[in-house]
Amino acid sequence: MSLVGAKVLRKEDPRLLSGTGTFVDDLAPPGCAFAQFVTSTEAHAEIVAIDARAALKMPGVLGVWTAADLVDYPDLPGGLPDLERPVLARNTVRFAGEPVAVVVAEDRYVAADAVAAIEVEYRALPVVTTIEDAAAPDAPVLFPHHGSNVATVVPTMDDLERELERSHGRAHLHLVNQRCAAVPIEAMACLADWGADGLTMWATFQAPHHLRNYLATWLDVPQTRCRIIAPDVGGGFGSKIVWYPELFLAPLLSKWTRRPVKFAQTRSEAMTQMAHGRDQVHDIDIGFDRDGTITALRFVISQNLGAYPDPTGLGLAVLTSWMAAGCYRIPKVSTSFRTVVTNTTPVAAYRGAGRPEAAYSIERIIDVVARRTGLDPAEVRRRNFIPPSAFPYETHNEPVVYDSGDFPAALAECLRLLDYDARRAEQARRRDDPTAPLLGIGLSCWLEIAGFGPNGSLEGFGHLASWESAQVRVQPDGSAIVFVGSSPHGQGHETTFAQIASDELGISYDRIEVRHGDTATVLQGVGTMGSRGVPTSGSAVKVASTRVLERAKKIAAHLLEASELDLEVGDDAFNVRGSPGKKVSWGDVAWASFQPLRLPPELAAGSLEERLFQESPNFSYPSGAYGCVVSIDRETGDVTILDMVLVDDCGTVINPLLAEGQVHGGVAQGISQALYEGVVYAPGTGQPITANLLDYLVPSAPDLPGYTAGRITTLCPNNPLGAKGIGESGAVGAPAAVVNAIVDALAPFGVEHVDMPVTPEKVWRILHESSAATGEVR
Amino acid sequence: MSRHVDVVITVNGRRSERRIDARTLLVHYVREHERLTGTHVGCDTSNCGACTLLLDGEAVKSCTVLAVQADGHEVTTIEGVSGPYDGFSAVQEGFRQCHGLQCGYCTPGMVMAATSLLAEHPHPSDDEIRAGLEGNICRCTGYQMIVDSVRWAADHPAP
Repeated sequence: MSLVGAKVLRKEDPRLLSGTGTFVDDLAPPGCAFAQFVTSTEAHAEIVAIDARAALKMPGVLGVWTAADLVDYPDLPGGLPDLERPVLARNTVRFAGEPVAVVVAEDRYVAADAVAAIEVEYRALPVVTTIEDAAAPDAPVLFPHHGSNVATVVPTMDDLERELERSHGRAHLHLVNQRCAAVPIEAMACLADWGADGLTMWATFQAPHHLRNYLATWLDVPQTRCRIIAPDVGGGFGSKIVWYPELFLAPLLSKWTRRPVKFAQTRSEAMTQMAHGRDQVHDIDIGFDRDGTITALRFVISQNLGAYPDPTGLGLAVLTSWMAAGCYRIPKVSTSFRTVVTNTTPVAAYRGAGRPEAAYSIERIIDVVARRTGLDPAEVRRRNFIPPSAFPYETHNEPVVYDSGDFPAALAECLRLLDYDARRAEQARRRDDPTAPLLGIGLSCWLEIAGFGPNGSLEGFGHLASWESAQVRVQPDGSAIVFVGSSPHGQGHETTFAQIASDELGISYDRIEVRHGDTATVLQGVGTMGSRGVPTSGSAVKVASTRVLERAKKIAAHLLEASELDLEVGDDAFNVRGSPGKKVSWGDVAWASFQPLRLPPELAAGSLEERLFQESPNFSYPSGAYGCVVSIDRETGDVTILDMVLVDDCGTVINPLLAEGQVHGGVAQGISQALYEGVVYAPGTGQPITANLLDYLVPSAPDLPGYTAGRITTLCPNNPLGAKGIGESGAVGAPAAVVNAIVDALAPFGVEHVDMPVTPEKVWRILHESSAATGEVR
Repeated sequence: MSRHVDVVITVNGRRSERRIDARTLLVHYVREHERLTGTHVGCDTSNCGACTLLLDGEAVKSCTVLAVQADGHEVTTIEGVSGPYDGFSAVQEGFRQCHGLQCGYCTPGMVMAATSLLAEHPHPSDDEIRAGLEGNICRCTGYQMIVDSVRWAADHPAP
């Protein structure tokens, strides 16, 4: 029986359910000291003086360090020239919460006392927090030697004004994709122990080898003396592949104090120190014919990078521009973008990283086309879909060639699960009844780019390479260890990769263990991001397992004196086809594999091991059709989601339970962006208004709906598994479905757009004030 | 600046006397003094519930309880939960069966909150389960499978 496709229970769960998992802050080696940052209270200021005298006198304080102590070390890696980020603020602070000094003390209570006792004197500088303000000609500049706040600009060769003007109709939307915080429930934490044998650092991180590669260089030590371990990681969502100062400081502090040194953020620290996501502003123009056929699309993107450009933050707008046209055949597409720095927390990848922004905007403006043409939103989508026969489909951007998909089938399944026609009929009835809550139906036919990636793709974000590694090792008893370079943070790699290996090797699931997250044991690795786990790492496991099995069959055939062509493997044994009872166990084959006297001449001892770097010829393109039904209370403006239908196409599904879990989690974050979340700064001062979980609304169970999941499957032709990836799908597809439903409900009020988060206040104003703030539509 | 006090707290049935800094939070007491690290810290404003444990059988957020408030009382942490399902309680087994956890960081708090919920309402509706877990945040699952997990536990009470 194949395990791929089966609802197998997770290997990870027993330890996590019994409280015996290992998260970084659970570790407490003897002599462990605790480090905490003094952070900037100003969003933009010169540092005049730092007075740590009182703190240094406190019992239990081991030391206080500032930028002046780091002159021998470079700035954090991966920035842009002129715009690099110092490990600790040097002379200038550029966002509230930026680390200015660091305290090491005997425990976290003493460290907090010391931080409170350190006085920093600032001379305030003018503050910019928004793209618009930062890009203004007279804006105060964060990096005077750079000359402006604009970091990068990629203009378009053709603004398509002629095509848009020639179209039967045209529409414009100005859309704000608000800043969100990833909020993994485990905030950043790391523990560095620099001993006689070099550095060992435990870090809650999505890419331990990536960190090792950069940290060893930064510290100027050989990689052999720099071991990074990512133990159990309590969520990441992109926010744990960022070069945070503590990752570089902790080793130095350990070296200087000759103690293990631990950082573990409080949530209030994390809300300003961990990278945020999204924060794009789009101006989209679309041209269309009378029958709803789209003729041209102009997509102008502005990205708020926060105070310092992050390597992934710089890439977000690239990915948005790549995915601008979504799942539609549009003859002319023009994209352009600019990125700017502001006095805010740096922005980096957050679940979807540039693709949710693209999907949201194209799906929003398709609804505007439907409204203008009087067509049903489903019909406009159908008329413009790339047909299933058109794959591989070359897009407006050369690197982007859609692999496969069946958008009409996904939409049809979504409409079926929604009972779409009945919902529309109910909506019509309710509109005739002024006392009934408003009903809205929203669709989102989304597509994203995943499976990172082809050679060159991750290198652009500063990674060593874009492959992923797997190493399959059979033990002498016929059990197997699978080492993978992709280190998880909740995805369930230990389960899914064991399923894949079990199918290929014929070794039972319970006799396979998956190891990850330790640079000393895992050969090399890239990391877990960009929905690449199954397509890239999973494919590596599959191919490596296949190669091990080929050699195992040779040994089994030798032992059985049979032809390897006649062997079949399963249930931990090799059987000779057609000769019942003639078999050898996997354990016997594995044992023999280490005994040269029992091996066929072409094999040497230890040959049941394979390491593999899986490359991909192209990205994968997960897609789907989501439908949302909302009810709006006319009195309060409160939005209730009545139905959330999720039809995904992620290609091959390894474990339906885990795949659905990934979709649910992503959708929850998408709904949250649509309805609840948003990082807010006080204009003028740049003070964070949403710097804890009291003020930043991460929803809990009563705030979110149940989900109805559906599925269609088109295989990805670019990897051996046929898998497309599933980690980000929900976050990409959900926001547009929810907002389209809300705008649909509000259509009788003349509303064509509402910016996220769609709070009850915004809706209430629309319902009660005729000149509502509804976003700019012309 | 800190004052030390003696406390006697029974954790998972084991009574222990300790001299601690008076301001020690209960969550740090169980994690750092008792070395029971299954109880996690996810926020500092009692919003996330990762630190939920049972104090005299009632679910509390141990990041907003001082250890001295537990002096003379009984604390149950995730490490003290067990049952007939291969050592797991029905709630733990429900989470395993229904994929009610992904990264697992919020899970101990969820299990403790759900345990407390089912002790009070053995047969909750789905809405009651959601309302009962209102104080616990999970960033991975989107909650439906957590609701399914608690439902599983309600349908499989320990024999």
